[in-house]
Amino acid sequence: MIQNDTIEQASYEIMKQAAIDIPADYLSGIKSVAEKESEQLSGFVIKTMVKNYEAATEDRRPMCADTGLPRYYVKVGDDARFEGGFTGIERAMRSATARATMDVPLRPNRVHPLWRTEHNNNVGINAPEVEWSFEPDADWIDITTVHKGGLFGTDYRMLFPGDGIDGIKRFLLDTLISFGKRGLCCQPAIVGVGLGGSKDTCMQLGKQAACLRIVGDRNPDPKIADLELELAQIGNGIGMGPMGFVGSSMVVDLHIEVGHTHTGGMPISVHTFCLSSRRATARIHASGEIEYRTDPKWFTPYHRRETVAWEDK
Amino acid sequence: MLEEVSVDLPATPESISALKLGSIVYLNGIVYTAREGVYERILTRGGQLPEGLTRASNVNFHCSPAAALQQDGQYHIGGVTATASFRFSKYLADWLDLTNTKIVIGKGGMPTDDYKNILAPRGAVYLTTVGYGTGALLGRGVVGVEAVHWLDELGIAQALWMFRVKDFGPFLVDSDLQGNSLFAQQGELVNKKIESLYEGLKQPALHRYGETHDRKDELM
Repeated sequence: MIQNDTIEQASYEIMKQAAIDIPADYLSGIKSVAEKESEQLSGFVIKTMVKNYEAATEDRRPMCADTGLPRYYVKVGDDARFEGGFTGIERAMRSATARATMDVPLRPNRVHPLWRTEHNNNVGINAPEVEWSFEPDADWIDITTVHKGGLFGTDYRMLFPGDGIDGIKRFLLDTLISFGKRGLCCQPAIVGVGLGGSKDTCMQLGKQAACLRIVGDRNPDPKIADLELELAQIGNGIGMGPMGFVGSSMVVDLHIEVGHTHTGGMPISVHTFCLSSRRATARIHASGEIEYRTDPKWFTPYHRRETVAWEDK
Repeated sequence: MLEEVSVDLPATPESISALKLGSIVYLNGIVYTAREGVYERILTRGGQLPEGLTRASNVNFHCSPAAALQQDGQYHIGGVTATASFRFSKYLADWLDLTNTKIVIGKGGMPTDDYKNILAPRGAVYLTTVGYGTGALLGRGVVGVEAVHWLDELGIAQALWMFRVKDFGPFLVDSDLQGNSLFAQQGELVNKKIESLYEGLKQPALHRYGETHDRKDELM
């Protein structure tokens, strides 16, 4: 039986790790982008960012003061047993968010959209967001937190099947150029593209593709994997680097996630994560032991299943 | 190599006129934070500036710190990062006149027209933070909180913080006293290639407003 306190402790710890420690995959990704960068200003920005990661880890202070909108992705194994029920997990994650906001500290960004009132703890109506998924043949709970800025770098559009790959490329260019200017989307970043689903699913898939897959990970569909690489190259070919300066560093990696969609449409969303790519995951085992990592492993084969019944091959 | 300079605050007219586009800047002295919450309070609702603010500092940082009040009454400043400045255009002329601010720091710069019409004529320049996520490096540069105003009323993100800073940076000079802009110059270079990126890609079937500016147009 997993105790509620253990869930709270794990959620608190990943809030801290996400805010402070750059994930290893992103760090090596940005270093390889930097090696190809020949422009002086763009190169200076990336070098400064790498120094910033080092300072954050040394001082145990947040990489970026805009700690975004802290949120959770939870994957619960079929055989996981935990006290307090699902609302207990949600309560623990809210408590961890409030504590981490005070202790790390995180910026208390969350305010009421109309009255601009706040609780100074990043907790409120529908905040933090919690997305749930499930996993067969597992007795653990995975909790991932993502701290992503909330203002720039995301767009959605309803395309149609006839718009084809051209439509996808145009929309990617539109989004990266419009938010890349002056670096509003804090590039170079991991870019997520959501394709299909209903409109809200399309937005979710793109966000998850940006935030929950690591640099170097490829979609299991080989044709989609090829498209990921092609689109990443298009992004880096815009001629824009960090802060919108002339350069070649726009996309550290690009991930595509798909969902079966309406026969008449091909909705698309594009999301850019940021220069700090803040994510951290805890796996809480049935024994109560907690393991920490930076790869959320969100898109499992079960998660991407397309049949009625599920059989692991 | 990019030039690196250190500026003591309050900044003198000489030190400001010496700043060149693209130079790397570090600051020593006192900077204050102010964004829409403070601008609205003072400029729109006619509030008073904090006593001594204009003597202590002439640097306005568009910033919200990741800060927390500790049990001993001291403030724990973790990361410090700028917020996008373009949203504050409408307040800037009045704010510079009222406070005699000479350096504005933020994310992403402001439109060139603002530099030409508002900042440069008032002897002020704009510095941008680097990469936008250098919260830890900038946090290191904050050596103390001199004062914080309207914390209860405006909250941590919108309050007016007065930070004592040392080797606070790096920043890049975006505008000079002639009203030139590094962002605009770089943007023009990037723009040269943009048309060619779309060559051979067919238009989507359904257009959007923004692609046409006439709201009477159909989008098909």
